[in-house]
Amino acid sequence: MIGYLIRRVIQAVIVIIGVCAITFILYHLFPGGATSEARIILGPRATAPQITLFLNQNGLNKPIWTQFFILVGHVFTFNLGYSYKLNEPVATIVMQKLPKTVLLLGLSTLVTVIIAIPLGIFQVLRRNKPSDYALTTLSFIFYATPTFFLGIVLIQVFAIHWHLFPPEAPQSASVGQILSNWRGLVLPVFTLAAVYIAGFSRYMRSSMMEALTEDYVRTARAKGLSTTRVNYVHALRNALIPIITLLGLTLPAIVSGALITESVFNYPGMGLAFFNAAINNDFPLLIGTVVVAAMATVVGSLLADILYAVLDPRIRYV
Amino acid sequence: MMPLTGDIGDKAAVLPEIAGIAPAPDLPGIEVTEAGEAGGIGGLGMIIWRVFAENKLALVSIGVIVFMLLYCFVGPHIYVTPQANFVVTSVGQVLAHPSGQHLLGTDPNGYDTVGRLMVGGATALEIALLAAGIATVFGVFFGAVSGYAGGVVDAIMMRIVDTVLSVPTLFLLIVIAAILHPSFWLIVFIVALAAWLVPARLIRGETLTLRTREYVQAVRAMGGGGSRIVARHIIPNAVGTIIVNATFQIADAITLLAALGFLGFGVPAPGTSWGQMLSDGVSYAQEGAWWLIYPAGICIILVVVSFNYIGDALRDAFEVRLQRR
Repeated sequence: MIGYLIRRVIQAVIVIIGVCAITFILYHLFPGGATSEARIILGPRATAPQITLFLNQNGLNKPIWTQFFILVGHVFTFNLGYSYKLNEPVATIVMQKLPKTVLLLGLSTLVTVIIAIPLGIFQVLRRNKPSDYALTTLSFIFYATPTFFLGIVLIQVFAIHWHLFPPEAPQSASVGQILSNWRGLVLPVFTLAAVYIAGFSRYMRSSMMEALTEDYVRTARAKGLSTTRVNYVHALRNALIPIITLLGLTLPAIVSGALITESVFNYPGMGLAFFNAAINNDFPLLIGTVVVAAMATVVGSLLADILYAVLDPRIRYV
Repeated sequence: MMPLTGDIGDKAAVLPEIAGIAPAPDLPGIEVTEAGEAGGIGGLGMIIWRVFAENKLALVSIGVIVFMLLYCFVGPHIYVTPQANFVVTSVGQVLAHPSGQHLLGTDPNGYDTVGRLMVGGATALEIALLAAGIATVFGVFFGAVSGYAGGVVDAIMMRIVDTVLSVPTLFLLIVIAAILHPSFWLIVFIVALAAWLVPARLIRGETLTLRTREYVQAVRAMGGGGSRIVARHIIPNAVGTIIVNATFQIADAITLLAALGFLGFGVPAPGTSWGQMLSDGVSYAQEGAWWLIYPAGICIILVVVSFNYIGDALRDAFEVRLQRR
């Protein structure tokens, strides 16, 4: 177990250094190099001394390897640069926005799991019956629906046509206030969850189906246990384990989905901050957000793998 | 995005009587038993096609794709109205409701929506097919080389894949698009950048098992070099996996492209894509211009669902081929 954990953490650290390398490449993508980057960030009216000052402050005139190590140091100390457009350090902006995005992601994941798992089990129990085929078709359609299109349709139907829920997410400053305004959360959370409900229920269906063919299920049946007990105690418990891995693997996609959902519903989280930064050419904020999103994903996947190892003893000794 | 049916789905498909993921391939119906080995490519192709054709939904999907290709690429030559590069004809034609003259109405610029859907679809399909193609070719070679080389080279190459996979795709792509400004080829490149990772991983896995096979060892014993083994023996034997995955990559590329277009990083005007059309139509849809969002959205869903169904059916078909070996 300890050996596995150590190996897994080292792998995560390597990936984070890789993320730094990608960030570094992004900074050097600017056509025309550091000077034009400075000009884009400082604006077209920046004077030559201002640009020189910017280059010096950010170490952009140092040798390329030194620059890379400075960047790695910055990432590990959470020093993400300064947004010249919003006049705030990127880290401060991230600290304000991150909890709200975590709330959105957490609720959506919860809704996904709560709906998808029973749905998958239901399909297995009624396999190859019309209800199974109907749900499979439905999940294929939801899986293919772009998140933003679903969001737009939900706004059209539930907000504009039926006035059931507000078309915009709560604009409150804190997580607690957003939660107290739960009606505004319903549409964004469901929009983000829908694709994953489709994917997870399909996966749950196959996972459960596979578990039912395992030897221990046959043994349990041979012992004369009731079908309910075999299904829910023996098969289900084992079928649930791969779902945790799937959660870890899906995390990057869910974070991308949050970006779209937040911009459709004007939800004041990281995704919207990123989107606005992209429109306003706020490059320090843009790249800082990517780093945070990537780091959060790496940590999330790490946690999922650790949880997996805790739950499935076979993994610990590999 | 994650594949709709993962590894477990693959295994379940081996047991058709329990799986029933798609209408289960009817194995006893296929009389060809020896063809898998003796009949060569033609025989194999027949088996694969017959299992594939069992799946009616997949056949319908092929019909949908063919229709969409004709609609988007041949359509503009038949249906000639003020479309992509036409100037606004008159103020009265702006945001017109669907009518006999404009079946799906017009947009705020006076473009006819039916014609605009063709132009947007052509762009979306071109980019998706190109990106998926480029990504598959690159990913296959990357994965095959990584798996065949093994050791440190493999470790480094796979950590690169891990790293890029751990960055939420859309964030990375938008940063690149924002820095470099979108053009047709940049978007192809960007979508391909996200799409090569999964084929690379899959083919690496295939290579790891294929490289231990007798025929690969025989080639090596006869003095065949690494590049020859990879190009002539490993990649051709992984072709089923490659084709199935490429189909899913096209579907994912269309979704990703739509998301990019929706967020404002699409092809420059007057070009458009389905995602961009949706994005442009949203504010008018709230005032009732439903024809600006629903047709484009439904086109995206239809194409993506179809490619996913085809991929699923192809996987079942190739699965059977493997069993026949």
